[in-house]
Amino acid sequence: MNIKDVENLAELARLELSEEEKAQLLKDMGGILDYVKQVESVEVEDSDSHFDAFNVWREDKTEDRDFSKDSIIKQFPDSQDNFLKVKKIL
Amino acid sequence: MIDLKNLTIEKAHAALEKGEYTCRELTEAYLEVIKEKNKELNAYLEVFDDALAEADKAQKKFENGTATLLTGIPFAIKDNILFEGHIASAGSKILENYTATYDAFVIKKLKEEGAVILGRTNMDEFAMGSSTQTSAYGVTRNPIDTSLVPGGSSGGSAAAVAADMALVALGTETCGSVREPSAFCGLVGLKPTYGALSRNGIIAMGNSLDQVSPFGKTVRDTEIIFNTLSKYDKEDSTSAVEALRSKENKSMGKKIGIPWHLFEEGVDPVIMANFKESMEKLENAGYEIVDIKLPHSKYSLAVYYIIMPAEVSTNLSRFDGIRYGLSEPGANLMEVYKKSRGKGFGAEARRRILLGTYVLSHGYYDAYYNKAVKVREKIKQEVLQAFEDVDLIATPTVPILPFKLGEKLNDPVAMYLCDIFSAPANLAGVPSIALPSGKTDKNLPLSIQFMATHWDEDALFDVGKKFETLK
Repeated sequence: MNIKDVENLAELARLELSEEEKAQLLKDMGGILDYVKQVESVEVEDSDSHFDAFNVWREDKTEDRDFSKDSIIKQFPDSQDNFLKVKKIL
Repeated sequence: MIDLKNLTIEKAHAALEKGEYTCRELTEAYLEVIKEKNKELNAYLEVFDDALAEADKAQKKFENGTATLLTGIPFAIKDNILFEGHIASAGSKILENYTATYDAFVIKKLKEEGAVILGRTNMDEFAMGSSTQTSAYGVTRNPIDTSLVPGGSSGGSAAAVAADMALVALGTETCGSVREPSAFCGLVGLKPTYGALSRNGIIAMGNSLDQVSPFGKTVRDTEIIFNTLSKYDKEDSTSAVEALRSKENKSMGKKIGIPWHLFEEGVDPVIMANFKESMEKLENAGYEIVDIKLPHSKYSLAVYYIIMPAEVSTNLSRFDGIRYGLSEPGANLMEVYKKSRGKGFGAEARRRILLGTYVLSHGYYDAYYNKAVKVREKIKQEVLQAFEDVDLIATPTVPILPFKLGEKLNDPVAMYLCDIFSAPANLAGVPSIALPSGKTDKNLPLSIQFMATHWDEDALFDVGKKFETLK
């Protein structure tokens, strides 16, 4: 892994990073990947596990929820006429 | 003066019922200690101003005869559990101004019982850490020795109970985040079976691993909380329906398996000696101790550090500066995302997001994530298979004693290794309990842990209560 890889991952993860942060992350990732790499050497057959499936879906009917629209709208960083306002997309 | 140091849920309940003191007086006693100690310990991020009103409501339950064991009991809750109308920040800057819009299932239950929620406690950012040092709101100190960490990530909840700033507390576990701070603060911590306590309203870290987990000074206190909160919740698709909460395999047996090969090295000699001594005590009390082998479990922590970041990177994508939480201005939408996330997440969260993005990315997915999922399944199978022969599996809770504040912060892998004995239970979804097992000559707490098979929490409570009498 090199600094370009870190930049690419940060781009995918939508994270703005400073140059120092990138360098630090590169170092940290190296250490962590060295540790987790031990799973590569484990020999396992394809999982033959069997799961007891249990239907947890509910019927597609509207149900009342106990939270208020106001309390959600109040959290919006930016809003107009009770709509969430975001930067222009197109 | 109420003797908070030796107070348990049942003692408090008896006293409230007899009218020795009121719910308000009990809550005030804890608020008094919080006032005195929180500045130094930083266990609470916020003390809720409606706690006394809740206590008065609880008192009415005693007056009209509807009080239950948890009525009027002062709880601390971890900062990642939603409590409607109160801030829940998950120890992160990105949620600094986030007010919960609904109650977590476990909070609903506590409210029904009339428990008093004193405040929200400090934690590693998004529960990522083993020492409560990655919080955006400063470190929490260990009440036993304030130069030491309290463990983490639920370190604030642990410190609150250990310092008598709450009678009991809720934390969450993804991999040891309640058992490890229990060990560091001299408490009992229970990680329930995956699917036992609803995750609805818990700010997620690793969905396939997270469980709400109680802290108490005694086994019985964690048992009471577990029994109250362990209920099916239709709002959480991973909550186990009653039919799956199998009681058939429940054992009250006395056969303990010890996977000695997992901790031949890397364990502090003081902890090792205490562990052996604890097992001898149980043997003398009639337990049968046998050596068992869990060959794949040595990979648990490595597997965990692939699966968890993968789930983290997915989960934390929702924090984007658009609908709630920190939002940084930018020239376009992409800039808003990047700046909000760049500024809102601390170093550990960023590290795990990148790591997760990496193990899930094209070309690495099979080598890391897919492989880890397979090894996890193998670990689960071998743990469950072990329980066909033994009733309990014992290990030390943590391989090291509580360490100094500032330690391990620059060495992620050293920090991760604190949870090496925690990982098998979280990966296999089995319940596990951390129990105080004495003190070192420097007065630091020691701890042992037991695992039991799925839905066999009772076996943990049983051995825990027995062990409490052997001290």
